Amino acid sequence: MRLRDTSEAVARVVAEKAAGRASGGSVDLIWINGPNFLAMKEQGLLFGPVLDRLPNARFVDREGKPATVVDFTVPVEGLAVPWRMAQVVFIHDAARVPNPLRSMAALAEWARAHPGRTTHPNIRNFLGVTFLKQALYELAPDRGALLRPATESMLRPAAEALWAWYDRLRPHLWRGGRHFPESGPAQRPLMLDGELDIFISFNPAEAAVAIANGQLPETARTFVLEGGTIGNASFLAIPFNAAHVAAAMATADFLLSAEAQARAQDPRVLGSPTVLDLAALPPEDRARFAALPASPAMLTGAALGRPLEEPHPSWMTRITAEWERRYGG
Amino acid sequence: MGTAIRGLSRCCAPRRRWTLALFLGPVLAGLLGTLLPAFGWLPALGGAALSLDPWRGLLEAPGLARAVALTVLTGLAATLISFLLAMGFCAAAQGMRAFRWAQAMLAPVLATPHAALAIGFAFLIAPSGWVARWISPWATGWERPPDVATVRDEAGLALVLGLVLKEAPYLLLMAVAALGQVPAAQALRVARGLGYGPVMAWLKVVLPMIYPQLRLPLRAVLAFSLSVVDVAVVLGLGQPPTLAVLVLRWLSDRDLALWFPAAAGSVLLLVLVLAALALLSALEGVAAWLGRRWVEKGARGGDAVLLRGAAPALFGLALLASALAMAGLLLWSFAGPWRFPETLPAALTSATWQRQVQAITDPARTTLAVAVLATLIALALVLACLEAESRHGLRPGRRVMAILWLPLLVPQLAFLFGWQVLLVRLGLDGTLVAVVWAHLLFVLPYVFLSLADPWRAMDPRQARAAAVLGAGPCRVFLAVKLPLMLRPVLVAAAVGIAVSAGLYLPTLFAGAGRVATLTTEAVTLAGGADRRILGAYATLQAALPLLAYALAAAIPALLHRNRRGMRAA
Amino acid sequence: MGPSGSGKSTLLAFVSSALDPAFRARGRVVADGADVSVLPAHRRRIGILFQDDLLFPHLSVGGNLAFGLPPGGSSVERRTQIAAALAEAGLAGFEQRDPAARSGGQRARVALLRALLAKPRALLLDEPFSKLDAELRARIRDFVFARARRLGLPVLMVTHDPADAESAGGTLLRLPG
Repeated sequence: MRLRDTSEAVARVVAEKAAGRASGGSVDLIWINGPNFLAMKEQGLLFGPVLDRLPNARFVDREGKPATVVDFTVPVEGLAVPWRMAQVVFIHDAARVPNPLRSMAALAEWARAHPGRTTHPNIRNFLGVTFLKQALYELAPDRGALLRPATESMLRPAAEALWAWYDRLRPHLWRGGRHFPESGPAQRPLMLDGELDIFISFNPAEAAVAIANGQLPETARTFVLEGGTIGNASFLAIPFNAAHVAAAMATADFLLSAEAQARAQDPRVLGSPTVLDLAALPPEDRARFAALPASPAMLTGAALGRPLEEPHPSWMTRITAEWERRYGG
Repeated sequence: MGTAIRGLSRCCAPRRRWTLALFLGPVLAGLLGTLLPAFGWLPALGGAALSLDPWRGLLEAPGLARAVALTVLTGLAATLISFLLAMGFCAAAQGMRAFRWAQAMLAPVLATPHAALAIGFAFLIAPSGWVARWISPWATGWERPPDVATVRDEAGLALVLGLVLKEAPYLLLMAVAALGQVPAAQALRVARGLGYGPVMAWLKVVLPMIYPQLRLPLRAVLAFSLSVVDVAVVLGLGQPPTLAVLVLRWLSDRDLALWFPAAAGSVLLLVLVLAALALLSALEGVAAWLGRRWVEKGARGGDAVLLRGAAPALFGLALLASALAMAGLLLWSFAGPWRFPETLPAALTSATWQRQVQAITDPARTTLAVAVLATLIALALVLACLEAESRHGLRPGRRVMAILWLPLLVPQLAFLFGWQVLLVRLGLDGTLVAVVWAHLLFVLPYVFLSLADPWRAMDPRQARAAAVLGAGPCRVFLAVKLPLMLRPVLVAAAVGIAVSAGLYLPTLFAGAGRVATLTTEAVTLAGGADRRILGAYATLQAALPLLAYALAAAIPALLHRNRRGMRAA
Repeated sequence: MGPSGSGKSTLLAFVSSALDPAFRARGRVVADGADVSVLPAHRRRIGILFQDDLLFPHLSVGGNLAFGLPPGGSSVERRTQIAAALAEAGLAGFEQRDPAARSGGQRARVALLRALLAKPRALLLDEPFSKLDAELRARIRDFVFARARRLGLPVLMVTHDPADAESAGGTLLRLPG
């Protein structure tokens, strides 16, 4: 099955529930995060709890990587299987921007000096909102509030700071901040052509992988911000009416195996950081990770820093709506 | 004995009613299935009472007004420019060698799917595109692409031009077909003898003669331009998008409540198209009235040197852009490193194809299967209709022809949405059957239009001669008519395959997003993937119909190499 | 005169500058004492009539004649000229009629009127009467030649029909087959 978007798969499951199809559904396994997960969990559209029925789940690093059990502040409760980590990074062309930037405020300053050379994906796109959420972490007076549902009183001071910053930045974005790339990957050809010097990514290995594929210049490098960057886990979930539950569980378990995880972390393949606790693995499995090639374009482990938790989904909804109101019309 | 013959005749010529049911069913049911949710009725999603809420939701959607304005402006502009370009070319290039060249170029351009051409065109005119690379940095000083939106621009210019690239040649083809049915050359000589300049003579005499045959194609172009999705996704602005793209976005949203305003949006699109068609009819009335006044004033016009040079040059430019767009796709798919502003890739490599071969095989196979199945069914139905027509002397009336054109005039979104709901009911959504059926709606009209004229022009005496020799109607059909018609049948098949290979929305809806063809994949990738991969998908998407055309030309030439009477005129 | 394929129509095409590019021609066309060979078709002012009358179906009878009438003059003047021409040809009051609904003889006369209203230097006739039945043929033939004679208009006619050739009363050229 090929869908353009996770939300399309969710829409199908919702439609099937509405049509009363309680078994033999057309979706067996969904890659799911954030609002999509919340929507499915709330509407009882998920099969499970499933995580602890998978043999490989015991190696998941639940303490060191809390995003594996709490997705966007929502407890996963075993209803979804974490299979890879993701963390906000920025990719820059070191030939044009030799020194990494240290904060979102610095990004606005840099953009003023280099108009048209950075951007963010469309706000309708997940990574586009993440760009704003990342700024929110830095600009909000009370970081802790981001983990609770957004109330009017918490929202106002944070939003004021956010939009003041964004209004400074936007005129100096690519295309004058009037148009945006449709997705994260759509930024890559723009850097390759020399239109962009800096862009946001959710994959610490994106630069390394893309350089290997000829999709980014050899001089592309990765940096994170001083105050830390947002990280989350990607989950797999099985719809309540999946036609092939056993096969779906086997697939999810395979993706959790050290073999699959190491392969996914290989920058020549996906470059996705593992969800496993390396220390808990048997030595021969740990060796698989140690054998992975390093790349100067990729950040790993300590260089990435401990990821910030995803804000409560209500923040994302409110920011998106406000952005649409201010700049979308 | 008599009964047996009648029975046999019936077996060969199934009722036209079947064809119509297969055809009208989805469109009408689909329209109803869109109309009801637009007024709040869709019990499966909790819409159990009629209301105007979907319309309120639609009207409150941010950017709706701009989306509507963009839709109307780009749709009208693309239609008008295509028409002026095609007619200007006909008027100016008549009798020139350029006319023959252009005619030879029409088939490949028309065979190329909209999406592939749009993708190639974007490669050509993007700030980092081929054109900018040719003139940089020596002429422009650009070491890096300029920060200017030459595609996905706010005015929708790239979208308009992308549509014109396909629609102007289509209208020219229709004009050439119409020219063959009127005494255009003699009428021109009469007018020239009366002192009329070449362009003036064409405009005042030939255009009014062929225009009646251009009315429906022009309407199809208008409806298509207003409701197109794939070209708009590739070349249009993401925010605000055109109405059709906006509606599609809502339909694929996780929030199913958006289906209601989406249904209302589909109905609004239908209303826009109907209004535009009415506007076109009104304009035709005014133009005819003014035109008659103008013609009766007797102004002769001059040599029109400027126009005779400019119109072919502009049309040639459009054809050249198409050719370069396709060349660009092919080149990117074989490109090694290719940084701006290098004119050509540093190296050619088959690495992209090798890496994609696995991923691309499935959608390619599906595309081929759907195209071949839909075309075969369409051919069978069309041949049955034409055969019944010649046996019983029935000519389809205006009503039947209107039904045939219906799927080409009604915006696809307006009935595909409702039809998908029906397909889910029937448990057919996302199956190959549903996709082939959906494709049939669009393949059948083109196959019919392509085959009907040559079939009707067949000399009836040959069939009669065979009948006198004792051949039954079925044998006459199989042994005489089909072989005689081999070339037009194959051309019609190629047209069918080209139409099917290019369909985006019907595949997306009937396939419920699960049936991937080269078109759906290419449009999805056009969102920003690697240009080399995109180039590979779009190249293959275009190669399939081109191959079909080449076969349609080669097979008769091969089979009939010893038959002078069967060669192309 | 000449058999099919002897080049009769090709000759007319050469004179009216409508020669198919497949042909090469030498020679001059002189009309009214002027060499028009170098002029494009629309500047030669050489009218042509075919066996099909080629009245334009989108225009009324009057509209077809207005098409032939040179530009200029008020619309009243133009209408008067057209009415006079129609009256002279026995077609008074036919301005608004649809040419497609007229009889063959009437159409042929309208086509001739249209050609003459443009004030040609010469007239070419490409088997103009071959589609008419015998009786009508004689009448239209007389009508055309009488008009041409009265205007002193040089006429070049190609035909298969010896009666056509005879009644034209001019020089008869036979093209070899």
